[in-house]
Amino acid sequence: MSDHDDHDHSRTFQPDHPEPTSDAALVGLALREILIEDGHYTAEEEQAVIARMQGASPENGGKIVARAWTDPEYRQRLLENGAESIRELGFELEPYEFTVMENTDDVHNVIVCTLCSCYPRALLGMSPAWYKSNSYRSRVVREPRTVLSEFGVNLTDDVDVRVHDSTAELRYMVLPQRPEGTDAWSEENLAALITRDSLIGTQRDLVPG
Amino acid sequence: MSEPRFVKGQRVRIADRTPPVHHRVPSYAKGQVGIIERVCGMHPEPERCIRGDGKPFQRIYRVRIPQTDLWRSYKGTEGDKLEIEIFEHWLEPAE
Repeated sequence: MSDHDDHDHSRTFQPDHPEPTSDAALVGLALREILIEDGHYTAEEEQAVIARMQGASPENGGKIVARAWTDPEYRQRLLENGAESIRELGFELEPYEFTVMENTDDVHNVIVCTLCSCYPRALLGMSPAWYKSNSYRSRVVREPRTVLSEFGVNLTDDVDVRVHDSTAELRYMVLPQRPEGTDAWSEENLAALITRDSLIGTQRDLVPG
Repeated sequence: MSEPRFVKGQRVRIADRTPPVHHRVPSYAKGQVGIIERVCGMHPEPERCIRGDGKPFQRIYRVRIPQTDLWRSYKGTEGDKLEIEIFEHWLEPAE
């Protein structure tokens, strides 16, 4: 695609990417090149961020939860200051604040972004398609119990639902409840139990296999 | 860092307005009353950022609103709540 004579796209355009065809994709590419040419950031920094995003998965969130389950003082720090406490485990969510909402016997938390699809990608990886769907985003705020039951989470009336709308600069994760019968489990084995949906709140019970 | 205008537990009303620029308050929350669930940090104000007016920072608060106030014929309990992030300039004290 680089048959212009005055510059080349190799810094932002990877050979294995599909050619941008839509106007929006071309504008996006042009904008990135201008930002790089003007020195706002380097192509290497851009590649590093993309690699970090693509390398992230719900395993990251699982490690945080397993630490919180096994270390009560860490759990306290996590609930009080999420951004700082995940740094202890080598994770970073700058420039966002990180807010962890704890499920209890009486409270179930679920996360949504009604305005777009904000999601803590560095900790959970790419969001599932349903998280970005109009249906989930509009319905889970209005009828959370119905939507949760469609995910298999049937809450009785003695459990309150808290819906967290991630509308600005905070990112959220649910701290699910530790399953019964896992007292003797290692942190590593506990981490392997934790699913993506339990961190979003569309799953409540984790089942030790 | 400016001092927070509101404290945890305070009752606040979210402004009911629609500026003709990008803003981060969904329509369903406009005009609603809730309590401050927590005082958060300072972040760039979306309305002015988007116009290229630099990065004026504003305080964010998490506001907790009963679901039964938000939706007519809500199917759930009195204890069900919605919590949402709102910038300080969208909030006023409520009775």
